[in-house]
Amino acid sequence: MPIVLHCHIGIGPPVTGMALVAKDNFSARYDLDRKKGVFSRPDHGLYGHSYVGKILVFKTAKGGVASAWMLREMMECGIAPKALIFDTVNPIVAQGAAFANLTLVDRFLDGAVDALIRTGDTLDIDPDKGTVVVMNRDRETTP
Amino acid sequence: MLNTTNKTTSSFRIDDEENAMLAGELGPARQWAIQHQIFVGQFFDAEDLVRVGQAHIMADTEATGEAGVRFVESLAAMPLVDRHVRIPTITDPRGIDFDAYKRLKQSQGMVEVETRLIKAFEALGVMMTNTCINYQTIMPAVQGEHMAFGDTGVVIYSNAVLGARSNFEGGPSALAAGLTGRTPRYGYHLDGHRVGTEHFSLSWQPRDLSDWGALGGIVGKKTDSYWSVPVLSGLQRVPNSDEMKHFGAALASFGSVAMFHIPGITPEAPELRDAFGGKTPLPPIEISPSDLAEFYGVYAARGEKVDVVVFAAPQLSLVEMATVADLLDRKNVHPETTLIAVTSPEIKSAADRMKITSRIENAGGLVLSGVCFYQSYAREMAEANGWKRLMTNSAKLVNILGGYGYVPTLATMERCIGSAVTGRIS
Repeated sequence: MPIVLHCHIGIGPPVTGMALVAKDNFSARYDLDRKKGVFSRPDHGLYGHSYVGKILVFKTAKGGVASAWMLREMMECGIAPKALIFDTVNPIVAQGAAFANLTLVDRFLDGAVDALIRTGDTLDIDPDKGTVVVMNRDRETTP
Repeated sequence: MLNTTNKTTSSFRIDDEENAMLAGELGPARQWAIQHQIFVGQFFDAEDLVRVGQAHIMADTEATGEAGVRFVESLAAMPLVDRHVRIPTITDPRGIDFDAYKRLKQSQGMVEVETRLIKAFEALGVMMTNTCINYQTIMPAVQGEHMAFGDTGVVIYSNAVLGARSNFEGGPSALAAGLTGRTPRYGYHLDGHRVGTEHFSLSWQPRDLSDWGALGGIVGKKTDSYWSVPVLSGLQRVPNSDEMKHFGAALASFGSVAMFHIPGITPEAPELRDAFGGKTPLPPIEISPSDLAEFYGVYAARGEKVDVVVFAAPQLSLVEMATVADLLDRKNVHPETTLIAVTSPEIKSAADRMKITSRIENAGGLVLSGVCFYQSYAREMAEANGWKRLMTNSAKLVNILGGYGYVPTLATMERCIGSAVTGRIS
């Protein structure tokens, strides 16, 4: 049985994709090279990784207000993540996801996202239902 | 162009005028705006909208990209009655200073996109104040006044120091607030979110603006959430506006924090207990001198060549501009180092009149107006000018610029200017 995680009702369309998990926080302005599609902040846990087409999993959003614009530009240029998952998001990234129609969910009933989701997991996100299904694992294999 | 696919539900209360906006009776711009607001409000469990006094839009073109510019242009193409903002709506710093872009090696393409966006905002009736220090220069908020402010530094200063009520409003949401005159009532519009969640005590006193920024950075790293409200005790004097500005900007930048209390100083916490909603204060976490030394240590780089010295983030007050000029008196900036001081158009005008600008420029410095360094295509400027080693007294700036390819050093304004003169990090 896949693992079904429950979260707050989210933003954007349902998506399926591969997770990239960090214990760090997230800001499009602070952390990304938005032309190359990689994490560019040297002290970020995902430094050098491509974020394009991935479901990014973080503790929270941080930093300035620029992400509200940047997510839409990233979507239109085809260098966006597939979705964003947080323990708790801040208004800027939520507003940006709404403006960009980018899938975003947060506030999980099951615990901390970096403990629930691993890099490489295949996730199925349904923002309207408030669920994230970990497709490739079941409860028994979860430490 | 307008995305009107967001859903709304009947649990959200709206009045007759809001209902008319939602139905499109006041035009497609206001319809998009209120749909966006209700959608975001519902995501954060808001139950209604609250009327706001001002909106403040962050929309530098490096952030908006072409997609954002086209979006604002699509609103600007609508009839005046449909597109004009309903409340005073002002702007955060832009990306281009038209008097300085050639010297900074910014491209003609950047100038063209900037020009397009300014034209579009002006068509909406937006006032191009181009400042992140509107609370020092335009019209400060009043205690209890609801606002839709962009720029995290503006929000945290207005909430904490002035007692106003605003969430972080990204550019699209602030623009929506300008069009509707409202914003979703969640987060810092509500009493329940303005109560202290952590308590920090100081065993030392900040001496310089860079110390205030470092203190904000230290607290921000320890809180690290938009929903945290740190309470700071142990200060032995009342800080001035520039000190609160640097503290708040760094706290917001490092921690995504939008509110704090300093008992006996900020208006919603006359006493320590008030900062915690009248309940027993939480036990304090001490911030020690070693925390400060460790913070500076992350950005230390003595002896190395410095490419660019920047005073910005937030824009400088008139007092800071005068201090830069005083410290540069009878000195010259090293020919292989660029010194930049960034301020708002209002302060620039005053600095010109008082010959502060000419004193900085005669020493070899460059004064920019209406922009901020990190909002001005910082990555492209670094590549075009060969800048790598940057020095600043802004903790917010060192936090941001690591991701833009710079190696930043944090130091006092005095040390920054000394280094700009010798060309080496002192």
